[in-house]
Amino acid sequence: MSTTSQPESISIAAPRSSNRTGQRSNFELYSWLFMRISGIVLIFLVLGHLFIMNILDGGVQRINFAFVAGRWSSPFWQVWDLLMLWLAMIHGTNGMRTIINDYAERDQTRFWLKMLLFTAAGFTIILGTLVIFTFDPNIG
Amino acid sequence: MTAVAEAPIAAPVATDVTFRVRRFLPEVDAEPHWEEYTVPLFPTDRVLTALEKIKGEVDGTLSFRRSCGHGICGSDAMRINGRNRLACKTLVKDLDISKPITVEAIKGLPLEKDLIVDMEPFFEAYRAVMPFLITDGHEPSRERLQSAEDRAKFDDGTKCILCACCTTSCPVYWTDGQYFGPAAIVAANRFIFDSRDSGAEQRLEILNEKEGVWRCRTTFNCTDACPRGIEVTKAIQEVKRALIFRR
Repeated sequence: MSTTSQPESISIAAPRSSNRTGQRSNFELYSWLFMRISGIVLIFLVLGHLFIMNILDGGVQRINFAFVAGRWSSPFWQVWDLLMLWLAMIHGTNGMRTIINDYAERDQTRFWLKMLLFTAAGFTIILGTLVIFTFDPNIG
Repeated sequence: MTAVAEAPIAAPVATDVTFRVRRFLPEVDAEPHWEEYTVPLFPTDRVLTALEKIKGEVDGTLSFRRSCGHGICGSDAMRINGRNRLACKTLVKDLDISKPITVEAIKGLPLEKDLIVDMEPFFEAYRAVMPFLITDGHEPSRERLQSAEDRAKFDDGTKCILCACCTTSCPVYWTDGQYFGPAAIVAANRFIFDSRDSGAEQRLEILNEKEGVWRCRTTFNCTDACPRGIEVTKAIQEVKRALIFRR
């Protein structure tokens, strides 16, 4: 056992040394890729959704409980809506995360804004998923 | 042959041009303020000439950086009419002189005095990407040869004069103090795509960090600002592509 090694607390950063943390992770790469891919998929999902719900067969007037119940009895529309919900929410949340990182100046503000954002996004995703999977057409 | 009397060439006329300069004297001013100066200039004069005229003939307290005055040292980057330009490469005839021409320090770096900013954060980011040749193996006994095609791959990046026009035109750099900025990424690009260099992996790893190339929002401000005509945004995209497809 060496007794000459200096305790950890003595080592201080050299003056003017970079305060970059230098964490190795591909998180930003994947989040950048996700934004591009989900964006492309969302163009088709959202425009398709708008077209089907608001323009085809009498448009928005025909939408009622029975219409929604009929749609969600098919796994195709369940998957469509679920995918749209998840992609749109994560895409939007990631965009907001970037904006908060850019514009929040203090670390505390940044942290709490992001916590608020993630809580709101998580709540919406869970609630939406729950509704799609547990929807009961015979309710009431 | 009939001799045609040549019309006498009209002597160039100097016109009064007004400049609105954002002044800041840290000993006197609490906040920067705008001041107007009117100086006679020829259309072929540079904005740098105007600043020298103001400093020499109107107000000696005006401070700015300049060295070569020929667009190669990169000292006199400033915001002219809201765009990052070199004062020595911006001619009066290319500006609208019916309104005052605004001149202010480049944004995103700490303002020290008048048109002078602290360039240290800019150079810190530059140093962080290791802008020098990294090699491995034995030292060759002759030059490190490179084909013309391989040389062409990073040619654009070699034109950089480190004036900081691109970095200080970037909205992400303005708001986020830790983004490397376009100039540092161009410097990294210049070595990443150099066939003689073997430090590409280290540089890519640095640019893959949270504050690296993924902060780029592709606004093309940097490409528009570059006085050397470097396609800065393209250089950043090349690094992104290299990061995505490297494995």
